[in-house]
Amino acid sequence: MASKFTRSNRIGWLMAGPAALLIAVFVVLPFIFAIGLSFTNQRLISPNPTEFVGLANYEQLLGIGMLTLEPERDASGAVLRDADGAPKYPTLRSVTRNNPDLPQFAGMREWFSFQLGEHPTYVLARDVVFMKAIVNTFIFVLVVAPVQAGLALVLALLINQRLRGINLFRAIYFMPVVVSIVVVSLLWRFIYDGSSGLLNNLLGALSFGAFPKIDWLGNPSTALGAIIAMSIWQAVGFHMVIWLSGLQTISPSLYEAAAIEGSSKWQVFRYVTWPGLRNTAVLILIVITMQAFALFSQIDVMTGGGPLDSTQTIVFQAVERGYGKQDISGGSTISVILFVIVFSISLIQRYLTREKQ
Amino acid sequence: MSKLLFVTGVLLSTALSSGGALAQTTLTMWYHGAGNEVEQKLVNQIISDFNTSQADWKVELQSFPQAAYNDSVVAGALAGNLPDILDVDGPVMPNWAWAGYMQPLKIDETKIASFLPGTKGVWNGQLYSIGLWDAAVSLVTRQSTLDALGLRTPTLEQPWTKDEFMAALDKAKASGTFEYALDLGTAWTGEWYPYAYSPLLQSFGGDIVDRSTYKTAEGKLNGDAALAFGEWWQGLFTAGYAQATQDPADRDAGFNSGKYAFSWNGNWAAIGTLAAYDDVLFLPAPDFGNGPKIGAASWQFGVSAKSAHPDGAAKFIEFALQDKYLAAFSDGIGLIPATASAAALTENYKPGGKLAVFFDLSAKQALLRPVTPGYVVEAKVFEKALADIANGASVADTLDAAVDEIDADIEKNGNYGF
Repeated sequence: MASKFTRSNRIGWLMAGPAALLIAVFVVLPFIFAIGLSFTNQRLISPNPTEFVGLANYEQLLGIGMLTLEPERDASGAVLRDADGAPKYPTLRSVTRNNPDLPQFAGMREWFSFQLGEHPTYVLARDVVFMKAIVNTFIFVLVVAPVQAGLALVLALLINQRLRGINLFRAIYFMPVVVSIVVVSLLWRFIYDGSSGLLNNLLGALSFGAFPKIDWLGNPSTALGAIIAMSIWQAVGFHMVIWLSGLQTISPSLYEAAAIEGSSKWQVFRYVTWPGLRNTAVLILIVITMQAFALFSQIDVMTGGGPLDSTQTIVFQAVERGYGKQDISGGSTISVILFVIVFSISLIQRYLTREKQ
Repeated sequence: MSKLLFVTGVLLSTALSSGGALAQTTLTMWYHGAGNEVEQKLVNQIISDFNTSQADWKVELQSFPQAAYNDSVVAGALAGNLPDILDVDGPVMPNWAWAGYMQPLKIDETKIASFLPGTKGVWNGQLYSIGLWDAAVSLVTRQSTLDALGLRTPTLEQPWTKDEFMAALDKAKASGTFEYALDLGTAWTGEWYPYAYSPLLQSFGGDIVDRSTYKTAEGKLNGDAALAFGEWWQGLFTAGYAQATQDPADRDAGFNSGKYAFSWNGNWAAIGTLAAYDDVLFLPAPDFGNGPKIGAASWQFGVSAKSAHPDGAAKFIEFALQDKYLAAFSDGIGLIPATASAAALTENYKPGGKLAVFFDLSAKQALLRPVTPGYVVEAKVFEKALADIANGASVADTLDAAVDEIDADIEKNGNYGF
């Protein structure tokens, strides 16, 4: 492998040089800085000297704990019960805040709770917002990657035909990709508007007014879904074009052979088209996954992470902390965590989609 | 190569500046008003007046869009490239002063003795910045609304109490005339939240941070007063008086088209409202138990720490503090002039003027946002806490979390020098 790069390849290096240099200066170098900063308390603005703090930033972001509440008891040790006979529990706040007996829970908050056995168990996180950001980002990726890839393939198959005016459809499907994501996000904010938005009016007209008006972005249960739908729509054209290029590399003679054999349309797709798209599929899956993890602009323009943290994402948190709250070390730490996540997932995807010999 | 250029540049500039006796020393200035033609014209007017009024200094202006201004200053400071004179949003000033971006402003104290308190940027016992104007918030409504609902007209001396205010909202809601009783402006994210809503918390007796030490928010942002404020705040939305998420278009035009009975809005929006109705009232903030309060401090001028000519920069700022400029800004973009004598020169703020009440509000009710370098972070934490509570989050837990975040930030910054 190494010899291939070094052996009489001066022209190749010369051509790759400028790009490699720019990537090194503007991508690799800052990232190495970020790794370094994540072990310090560096601030964006501060007269205080930077100090090495070890893993404190990581502990602050990722620290979780579990706590099972004991019911309140009276002096004789009997469990206190409320009017319905259910045992009375102290509030979580009274247990975790300023409690010298449980210093490990200081500064922690409830992430979620469940009832296992008799007493409720709370999962506490030192940074609940970041935990929610991780979960939201994973939901986003898990929905967007397959749906966007699938939809893009369907569109690619549709426009991969010799029809009159097909270029018009190609242009229409591709249009959202060339419009700035910020502009698209602003427009969709109007579409999703709770009172006079296009979507609400459309649904209302289709259902003759029976459909209740929904504040799509202002409601914690619909906000993330709304952003997912809009994001899929926005970038689907890009992946459609990649699928299309994959489709056009498949040799027409294979289709002719299939037609002679009398294959059905499904059989043609299953045994000719799909195997021919294998490498394209791997590329698209990895690209969508990486892009989806970087979800930021839509959040910044449309919801700002709200309502109730239902649209917090990892990158939004990195920017919010690093720049908004002047905590460069915290933002860097989030970036490093994101890098580790995306890198491991890419490795897993590479492994799962490898050529089996 | 660049080094050579730099050296040549330095040589050239020294040669030029020591060249003739007539040469003026150039002072650079940054301003946040790019894109606003009127504002731009006013600033240019002051600069050209100043440049022709004396022979020592020549001010050169560079304007930035407001949304990118703070970022530009931070980036400029990190690159060691700040101008001599810069303008700064009042509550952000301590952060920049602490970070070493700004130096104390040496101007004649008597010149600003009569200025509104909100226009003076004082940190650590020293004046760092001074504003030509202030901004104020009032409870906007119409006389006809008050009459129809049978409500007393509150005055500066006797503002509404919390009960009176809630009764007013109740009557407005029950009347069925309005979509919502109160337009709080929740559509305006960002600095509007701490600017407009933290005075309400202070009127309850809480605060964003403990101002006696500035080292913690414990007991202030999650004490009993703050909890009462939080429950009240959440109640505004659960009881249907106001919207937790508001359409920005409703914020801009909702009150003027009769959607709301009351609007919590700033003096900068007042001109539009006056055009929509002929019986507009700008009522003082209600008293929630600890005195009626509104926010203060707008954009102000200061001198950057790296400036080689702080004396010239201070001269320019002193020059700009003339009543005629204060009045020009007020007439041009609707701001509250910093002095009573300047107010008398303006169309809207002169005694008996349509907006004169805002001058009194600023003078009587205004309270500065916490004067600490940590404010920039505290403001963000406060905004998120209020948005979450409005959307139904548990009041006590949310305020506790906000306190933890503010305290952690203060600790991480070595108490911000307090």
